[in-house]
Amino acid sequence: MSFQDNQSLTPDSAPGDEYAEGNGIGPAVLVYVIGLALATILTATSFYIAGTDLVWAPSIPVALVVLAIAQMGVHLVFFLHITTGPDNTNNVMALAFGVLIVVLLLGGSLWIMANLNHNMMPMDQLMRMQR
Amino acid sequence: MTAVPFSPDRADPNLFGHRPGGHGHAGVRTEGGSAPKRIVVGYGFWIFLLSDIVMFSAFFATYAVLVGETAGGPTGAQLFDLRSAGIETACLLASSFTCGLASIAVSVRNKLWFYVAMAVTCVFGLAFLGLELKEFASLVMRGAGPSRSAFLSAFFTLVGCHGLHVSAGILWLLTMMAQVFAKGFRADIERRILCFALFWHALDIIWVALFTVVYLMGASR
Repeated sequence: MSFQDNQSLTPDSAPGDEYAEGNGIGPAVLVYVIGLALATILTATSFYIAGTDLVWAPSIPVALVVLAIAQMGVHLVFFLHITTGPDNTNNVMALAFGVLIVVLLLGGSLWIMANLNHNMMPMDQLMRMQR
Repeated sequence: MTAVPFSPDRADPNLFGHRPGGHGHAGVRTEGGSAPKRIVVGYGFWIFLLSDIVMFSAFFATYAVLVGETAGGPTGAQLFDLRSAGIETACLLASSFTCGLASIAVSVRNKLWFYVAMAVTCVFGLAFLGLELKEFASLVMRGAGPSRSAFLSAFFTLVGCHGLHVSAGILWLLTMMAQVFAKGFRADIERRILCFALFWHALDIIWVALFTVVYLMGASR
């Protein structure tokens, strides 16, 4: 039995497919309830941290980014049902490619524009030179 | 494990789920054949969503670059109302949850719960849109419209694009309710509902990035 044959016997699942079909709606509803609870906790933490003085101020943006990425993960797993199972390989690969493009686009833009900004002459100086 | 013999009656390997016995629903992929149509449709829509997210990331990059270019005008910290943003976030999160309940109702073929869950999703979505429009109107009234500064142009583009997606999602939601009413839970209608649910959940993911980058970071800046 080759690996290829093994793969083709596994049912694929579309993104958004429920975990358990024909098993009563209890487990399926529970997945959404857990997702909602986790997302609510993360959102509340984000809003709390943004307005508090308890945390060292320069760490706030980092904390917000980490919380946002965690919440996106919660949404992907509990609402969109993207898992690491063998039936989900295609969905995960597409997601990985999307994340790669997003990281390149965001990181590249910010990096280049920060550099340009840094190397550009201050605007008032530029105006004086043109006179 | 035993090998599944190749079945000669699957003549066209590219039928994409159009089996001789009708549309493939939740079937297992057979040897040498393609995935059921539901899987193919869901996967294709997933790729569209990822490209949509890539488009949003370009708007995010634009916003992040221009966030300091206020041209002497108001900054985000002076304009944003975190209370309103918090209520919008709660509305969208709740609507994402009820949308999930609607897809469970589809999987157990319960029309009543499908209509109820979709209607609640619609109400939360409309509440979100209403709050956002109110915020936009108040910004324009205060002279902080999209033409005031590069920062505000980027803000209205990014948040407005998400709002447009939500509006399109609400139209799609109403269409799905009407189609289930007129045609019932047919296989093709079910695939459309699957795509709608993916779309709605993806909008919530984009909003998570949006309220973090725009509102929370903007207010603490």
